[in-house]
Amino acid sequence: MAYDKFTVLTSTAVPLPTDNVDTDQIIPARFLKATEREGFGDNLFRDWRYDVEGNPKKDFVLNDPTYSGKILVSGRNFGSGSSREHAVWALYDYGFRCVVSSFFADIFKNNCLNIGVLPVTVSPEFSDKLMDAVTANPAETITVDIPSQKITLDSTGESESFDINEYKKDNMQNGFDDIDYLLSMSDEIEAFAADK
Amino acid sequence: MEKTTLFDKIWDAHVVKSVPAGPDVFFIDKHFIHEVTSPVAFLNLEKRGIGVKNPSRTVATPDHNVPTVDQDKTIKDKLSRMQVERLRENCAKHGIELHDLGSAHHGIVHVIGPELGITQPGMTIVCGDSHTSTHGAFGAIAFGIGTSEVEMVLATQCIMQSKAKKMKISIDGVAGKGVTSKDLILYVIAQISAAGATGYFVEYAGSAIRSLSMEARMTVCNMSIEMGARGGLIAPDETTFEYLKGKDYAPKGEDWDKAVAYWKTLKTDEGAVFDKEYHFDAADIEPMITYGTNPGMGIKVKGNIPTTEGMEGSNKTSYLKSLAYMGFEPGEAIKGKKVDFVFVGSCTNGRIEDIRSVAEYVKGHKKADNITAWIVPGSREVEKMAHEEGLVKILEEAGFELRQPGCSACLAMNDDKIPSGKYAVSTSNRNFEGRQGPGARTMLASPLTVAAVAIAGVICDPREVFQN
Ligand code: SF4
Repeated sequence: MAYDKFTVLTSTAVPLPTDNVDTDQIIPARFLKATEREGFGDNLFRDWRYDVEGNPKKDFVLNDPTYSGKILVSGRNFGSGSSREHAVWALYDYGFRCVVSSFFADIFKNNCLNIGVLPVTVSPEFSDKLMDAVTANPAETITVDIPSQKITLDSTGESESFDINEYKKDNMQNGFDDIDYLLSMSDEIEAFAADK
Repeated sequence: MEKTTLFDKIWDAHVVKSVPAGPDVFFIDKHFIHEVTSPVAFLNLEKRGIGVKNPSRTVATPDHNVPTVDQDKTIKDKLSRMQVERLRENCAKHGIELHDLGSAHHGIVHVIGPELGITQPGMTIVCGDSHTSTHGAFGAIAFGIGTSEVEMVLATQCIMQSKAKKMKISIDGVAGKGVTSKDLILYVIAQISAAGATGYFVEYAGSAIRSLSMEARMTVCNMSIEMGARGGLIAPDETTFEYLKGKDYAPKGEDWDKAVAYWKTLKTDEGAVFDKEYHFDAADIEPMITYGTNPGMGIKVKGNIPTTEGMEGSNKTSYLKSLAYMGFEPGEAIKGKKVDFVFVGSCTNGRIEDIRSVAEYVKGHKKADNITAWIVPGSREVEKMAHEEGLVKILEEAGFELRQPGCSACLAMNDDKIPSGKYAVSTSNRNFEGRQGPGARTMLASPLTVAAVAIAGVICDPREVFQN
């Protein structure tokens, strides 16, 4: 499905300094029973966010009104585990458009790019810097610029460039997805499939 | 001629087109779907006003959220029922083969694919499930995809993928007594870490791998994703051909001979280069168990939980958080820890060979009183064989409760949940927080170790419980 175009995003950020955040934490399996894509944001990080009775856990960052924004700054190896795209739907639905980490799991990264959430991989040092800065100052903003492939900590101007392949870059900027592309070359695919 | 790896050979043969500075348009031979990750894909096709391009290349089964009791009755949970019904509707509407609940070939998608002979060497196989890597055991490129990609395959029989880097993991030598393929892979993941193979596709090689049965190879490939790899594969050989011969969907007669002749060409050339290689000696490997909240946190059953020495920053915080969740202390022994549940099942170790090995070991023993023991066959076929071979009787006499096929407590989408705070030793593949139910504490191990724990009631080394 096409999604909102993404070129430059400036936003405050939410810090989540945990490593190996797996997709079972992002959206636990028991919330995967929907047959539609909407509404997953309510259960984003469900078991970290709410206790068994459904009361918000005070010490979890999404329950802390100090922090908000469209960017999630997370620890290393974000999105490991299950291939559930629901994890990205939950992040998107909650309002995140960008996740920053020093390392992403593979399938998760693909899923993000397919539905318009930008995964930005930065160096471990810059990741720490961003984490410290947004934790210390909730008003701190980060700018993610797709055309110039740059992520900047706005208060100090420190920045780093990030990788994204040209094809995905185009897609993100235009809000296109892979299916649009694949459908446009169905003749070629058909010819190829003929001898498979 | 350029020397290529098995992965290159299969991959390159399936590239329809390489997008400049982008991914490949990659052709998919077989597509498995299940009730949880497919409904939104079908919905989107509808919104786009398009159909399924090649329904005969897709096979469906409901497995993730299905109940494991009373499968002949209406599913009680409303949302689960809706997902299963939606799968039925979608399959009927688009002419997709469905192995429905209660039918002869129902089961976990990664168990029935191989069992029916749908999974074959040289194929490209995807499914909206990360453990699709299981099928790599046959020398296929098989990996998990997201729902957008499920939609792409349904619509075009292709996805957009960049080719992964290549890793070779060789295990040579002979493993000791009580060491299963689950221990091999838990050992490898503990060495490489839960993210160590991210960005790679792994080929497993070496004499210890070659000597494994197809079932055991599937266990190894299944867990490739647990070290971050896109998938894992093993070159097909006589063991593979022997397994496939005569299976329902395997080629027959002349076609079989032709297929085998082609399959025999599917191997890495001598001297082909991998981006990364690891070598392990099977003799170093012992029965393993995990103590933390990712599959890389594994130790020998007779070992101690690592201390925090040398850790700092978020690394240390995350480690301590994980141990706190498990209720363990750094440095303590894992043996002797009390356990409440054992679970034998899942696409990692829910095949007939696994159930045979558990039955063989628990025969004549009784489970400990503090243990609830669940055994969930990976498919109807496995269930049927377990009955026919008298395994069910042995297991029930030992105090195990047999349930009907499905993913069950592997991900606890249905009622099979480990209660909060309780300890489960499980043959599945993930020990993430809450994976087996909110607050559940999971330790991963082989079916053999699980059998031993069921009898002893605490974490133990299977070599000590079963002396002969
Ligand atoms: S058994 Fe577990 S790992 Fe396998 S497909 Fe089902 S949920 Fe996934």
